[in-house]
Amino acid sequence: MAMLEIKNIHKAFDGLSVLKGVSLSVEKGDVVAILGKSGSGKTTLLRCINFLETADDGELVFDGEIVHLHNASKKDIARIRKKTAFVFQNYNLFRNKTALQNVTEGLIVARKMPRAEAEALGMKMLEKVGMADKAASYPSQLSGGQQQRVAIARGLATDPEIILFDEPTSALDPELTGEVLSVMRQLAREGMTMLVVTHEMNFAKNVSSKVVFMEDGVILEESKPEDFFRQPKQERSRAFLRTILGEEASPKQEETV
Amino acid sequence: MNERLIRILLESFPKILLPGLTMTIPLTVISFSLALVIAVVTAIVQFANVKVLKQIARFYIWVVRGTPLLVQLYVIFYGLPNLGIMLAPFPSAVLVFSINEGAYCAETIRAALESVPRGQLEAGYCVGMSYMQIMRRILLPQAMRTAFPSLSNNLISMVKDTSLAANITVMEMFMVTQRIASRYYEHLALYIEVALIYLLFCTVLTRLQSWGEKKLSSYGAV
Repeated sequence: MAMLEIKNIHKAFDGLSVLKGVSLSVEKGDVVAILGKSGSGKTTLLRCINFLETADDGELVFDGEIVHLHNASKKDIARIRKKTAFVFQNYNLFRNKTALQNVTEGLIVARKMPRAEAEALGMKMLEKVGMADKAASYPSQLSGGQQQRVAIARGLATDPEIILFDEPTSALDPELTGEVLSVMRQLAREGMTMLVVTHEMNFAKNVSSKVVFMEDGVILEESKPEDFFRQPKQERSRAFLRTILGEEASPKQEETV
Repeated sequence: MNERLIRILLESFPKILLPGLTMTIPLTVISFSLALVIAVVTAIVQFANVKVLKQIARFYIWVVRGTPLLVQLYVIFYGLPNLGIMLAPFPSAVLVFSINEGAYCAETIRAALESVPRGQLEAGYCVGMSYMQIMRRILLPQAMRTAFPSLSNNLISMVKDTSLAANITVMEMFMVTQRIASRYYEHLALYIEVALIYLLFCTVLTRLQSWGEKKLSSYGAV
């Protein structure tokens, strides 16, 4: 049975339909790369799963438990959020907290973990993303790549069953994407289940276990990465790959992934 | 300057300064503290879009900012007795100053809250925090830092505004000065003297403000 099943999500903003019935199932240990042009609904899909947006219709089945997306209770939302972590495009670190405090804040405040225990766990997570030596730094003192790694540590600390990544490297300078991607690759190797909205084709090709291609609010194609990149089934996917890979042929992009 | 005038100025100085320390400063400190509490609540209610309370907050700010402080003092001190509500001068002044200042500070704090990047709210939700936890621990501390210079300004204005309390018989610096001035007929010298004492108070506060701003310089930017 799939760990997470998304069924028939619909979402419109001010009458503009962004998701038009998206269904997707994710197995434990899957790394799903969600590709597509901007405006195709990828980010909204991710945000609906975590209730950062309230979907108009659709449901989640998480570990066999059914939750309706439109009228979920606060309890349901809290339960789903507890099982998920979210990594934002703009990191969204708490700017008045140090790197370590960013990781421990939720543990101490929301999960009532004793401070010492939270700090030990926090340091472990910072070590995992290679940021232990910056534990006392504030976000303003860190580069974008470092901030994103702290944000990943913050997500990991809550012991999620799945991590949702919303274009985790899109706000980074090209030379900083590598450090974030390598952390993500390491998580994938360790068997973490991940749903990744990304424009990093090399990550999708080499790390993901499944590629989902979205356009105009629907999933057009769902394939294994080797199939998707070698012989995409849809003309739209082919057109997308032509545009993206054309841009990505520069050697700089290659070396960062 | 003749000797008599110098003697009057020297003798009056402690007499004016004393109510400054025992009235003007406590009146300012108490009123401003209450104003901050009112302001934080009013700002959050608006920021969080709490339905009915937001309308009440807007109404409160509209009325308070649209009417003169002096008139507000008169309504409370001279007006309320018509309804059988008698307040002593000092509590009346505290009531009016805190309500008045609260409205101005609320707008400052609300604007500062709006300026905190919203994504941190979402990030807080994602690690399981509640709205009020995120507000108290993440958003408000950042907003208060942003608001600090403006709030300091409000505080400095308030020190001077407390002189209006003379109109409702609070024995603060200006009231005392008026009495001394009319006794000696040295209005110019004595009003300049009290002005200088207000200036002294505000100078101290201005210094404190720049010290505070340095202390509070944005997180991590040492």
